[in-house]
Amino acid sequence: MLDVESLEVSYGAVRGVRGVSLMVRKGELVTLLGANGAGKSSTLMAIAGAVRAAAGRVRLDGEDVTGAAPEEMVRRGVAAVPETRDVFPDLTVAQNLQLGAFTRRRDQAGVLHDRSEHFRRFPILAERQRLPAGNLSGGEQQMLVIARALMSRPSVLLLDEPSLGLAPIVVDQIFGMIRGLKESGLTILLVEQNAAKALAVSDRAYVMRLGRIEAEGPASEIAAATELKSLYLGAEP
Amino acid sequence: MNAAQFVLDVLSLGGAYALMALGLVIVYGILRLVNFAYGELIMVGGYTMFLVSGSGLPWLVMAGCGLTMAIVAGIATDYLAFRPVREKSVTAVLITSFAFSTLLQNAALLFISPRPRAVPLPELFSRTVEFAGVITPARNLITIAVAVIMLGLFSWLMRSTALGIAMRAAATNFRMARMMGIPANLIISAAFAISGLLAGTVAILWIGRIGTVVPGIGLEPLLIAFIATVIGGMRSLSGAVVGGFLLALIDTTLNYTLPQDLLKFRDAFTFSLVILILLWRPEGIVRGPASGQRT
Repeated sequence: MLDVESLEVSYGAVRGVRGVSLMVRKGELVTLLGANGAGKSSTLMAIAGAVRAAAGRVRLDGEDVTGAAPEEMVRRGVAAVPETRDVFPDLTVAQNLQLGAFTRRRDQAGVLHDRSEHFRRFPILAERQRLPAGNLSGGEQQMLVIARALMSRPSVLLLDEPSLGLAPIVVDQIFGMIRGLKESGLTILLVEQNAAKALAVSDRAYVMRLGRIEAEGPASEIAAATELKSLYLGAEP
Repeated sequence: MNAAQFVLDVLSLGGAYALMALGLVIVYGILRLVNFAYGELIMVGGYTMFLVSGSGLPWLVMAGCGLTMAIVAGIATDYLAFRPVREKSVTAVLITSFAFSTLLQNAALLFISPRPRAVPLPELFSRTVEFAGVITPARNLITIAVAVIMLGLFSWLMRSTALGIAMRAAATNFRMARMMGIPANLIISAAFAISGLLAGTVAILWIGRIGTVVPGIGLEPLLIAFIATVIGGMRSLSGAVVGGFLLALIDTTLNYTLPQDLLKFRDAFTFSLVILILLWRPEGIVRGPASGQRT
């Protein structure tokens, strides 16, 4: 479904991503692991079109979408949640969700239906729907940005460090939700530091180091490969 | 000195200032760039009304032509000065927006005249009326009414329409807004169109005070708009309105209180007060949302 080939991303003279190839099949949950600075987020943002790729190809259902603008990627069914957890702080929770459905604004009935669905899944968001999103706690904001991304009814969801800086109980909630999304058939590419939790819900995983893919395989194999742990946990082997 | 007179003066001047400032800040909010060709949108509105003045059309239609051309000029600013270099460098955009401003001014000099040209105004604009025990030019009341209508319309647009909410989102975090599927070009063109609409409205009200249009007419409104947004807070739309009214309050107060021979130095007093306000609140009176990188 999503096919990335020899992707490179540069920041000035620094090459953050050096020839990454990966693929995510329909309905799969794939995790990208690696230490800080390994190039995971850059890879994800380049797929989403938010960062320009210096070289390489991104294909979606066989179609070349390399260099497409982020708004174009959303129209094509790829929604991304960056790690910066960007809610629009002065807009209300409900308005944030409404913006997530910007590409579907002619389908108001469907949008309202999806919104009540998300409110059922996250009652806390329903409770605070009229509050500015900036007033929410970190965990609530994370729920909001994921729900907001889902409002575009994506076929692929790119999630960047959804558990970053959240309390353990909230992290469990978030992973529960990711598992639920996977079970509903959504294709997901997940970037995580919390390797154990991420591998527990994933089908397959890639391990990145210094801008390259160092290892790949079924999640259970990656989890069992002790020699890889130091890679994605950040220590040098 | 009469209190009702004073209030009317502040409100009518402030209404015009607020609209000027809003037209500038709507583009700044999204692009984080000052459109230096903003004053020329006002000029375009004025000259359009001059050019159609011999047509015998009803005045409202002529005013509509002025508004339309100001909007067209606003969108043209985006296409000609901003879009080709927007992703390259900030300096380039500053220069192209100056260049576009100079181009429009020189076009007016060359093809029309450096001398003032009369703009058609309805007879109502020059009439004086008695209101709340004060005798005042009708155009002051018109300005207040138009400002109330435009601010109301603007506030409704930004609060209740999908486009307005998308624009507010783009103003806080442009990249994330695009990742919602909001097309960057649509939002920016919409901002320029709204900027043009406000400039056209200001053209009618501002030129209504003088009655004529000259190529350099846009400079003063641009300066006023800039100062109003700086003291009001450049990151917030309501800040521009607050700044506009505050600047009008300062100007009007000085007009009323300065002795005759100091009146010609009014701007020096105004700017001194602006500096004091900025020392007190360097970010402006209304603080906008904290984030906002340029894309």
